[in-house]
Amino acid sequence: MEVTRTKVEGDLRVRQLKAQQLLRGELEGEDLEREVEQRLLFTRFEVAQNWARKNALFPLGFGLACCAIEMITVIGSPRNDLSRFGAEVTRFSPRQADLLILSGRVSIKMAPIIRRLYDQMLEPKWVIAMGACSSTAGMFNNYAVVQGADKFMPVDVYVPGCPPRPEALIYGIMKLQDKIMGNPGMGWRERYRAEGTEEIA
Amino acid sequence: MPDATGLELIAQRVREKVGDEAVTGTVFHRRHATLDVAPPSVRDVLAHLRDDEGEPWDQLMSVHGVDYLPEEPRLGIHYELLSMERADRLNVRTRVSTEEPHVPTVVDLYPTADFHEREVFDMFGVVFDGHPDMRRILMPEDYEGYPQRRDFPMGGEPVIYTFNEPKLPRWYD
Repeated sequence: MEVTRTKVEGDLRVRQLKAQQLLRGELEGEDLEREVEQRLLFTRFEVAQNWARKNALFPLGFGLACCAIEMITVIGSPRNDLSRFGAEVTRFSPRQADLLILSGRVSIKMAPIIRRLYDQMLEPKWVIAMGACSSTAGMFNNYAVVQGADKFMPVDVYVPGCPPRPEALIYGIMKLQDKIMGNPGMGWRERYRAEGTEEIA
Repeated sequence: MPDATGLELIAQRVREKVGDEAVTGTVFHRRHATLDVAPPSVRDVLAHLRDDEGEPWDQLMSVHGVDYLPEEPRLGIHYELLSMERADRLNVRTRVSTEEPHVPTVVDLYPTADFHEREVFDMFGVVFDGHPDMRRILMPEDYEGYPQRRDFPMGGEPVIYTFNEPKLPRWYD
């Protein structure tokens, strides 16, 4: 959403007085035009809705393995302070959460449980695969671990690393916020001008 | 660890008390004493080692399985015994084949063996006769096969490195 700011002339007292007059209906003509222009913001409803959603992401309090430590550092600690970006309030019920951070390896015994948690979350909902293990199984190329969480559920953002640094996860969440606003970063596609060549499943 | 002579003495006492056919051999390798035992008499041997006057082995530290694939019988079950009195360990081992993997349980002697035996059953498919609750413990209940056996496929997906690139299908093929 593009917000253009124009400098408001006059000091605070004058502006307060103008606002009172505007509400009372005492302004007329050119004065009224200018006041309305300064105080109104035009946008589409969907954009405003998405803007509200992206700034109120509620992550599910849910850790899988060692990446959970980094995730807790991001979500819970004042050092990294995810609330700066509006995604801080952890909800421990999938009914109230709308962001699922898969922090760690997903074993084949855990996969149906995660799928159920995902199904219980209300729309709209987003998923971040955090770390190498939940993205591609990482080094666990064996019988017990699902080879990438996207085998059984949709994933929006993949954060590489083993585990990713807290800054990387915050960057992933900001990428997700871009996606929620409708202009996702295209990554290498943008760099190599390959947009529009996505595979359609 | 008991030294090689001590191990032979233990084996001799077990032969006297439990029976000649109970002990199939002794291995003393890298200061680690192993008493090889015939599968049917595992429970009797462990009971003797725990309860006899001259034997101090009163704790079972772990039960674990091994797959010695080229050798027969393939599967091995190790009982790791500890004596706090002598600060000493003794390994009791028995070998079963994959066709008939049956061993008597020791849960009534050592309650700690409950989960250990279930894990050996889960990973190697060894059935402990008389166990109160012989189910899988780690893998899902409907899982097929015993994943720690050496002839079990690795699972996962083939990963392409430079050394195996010609052998595996390429992503662009």
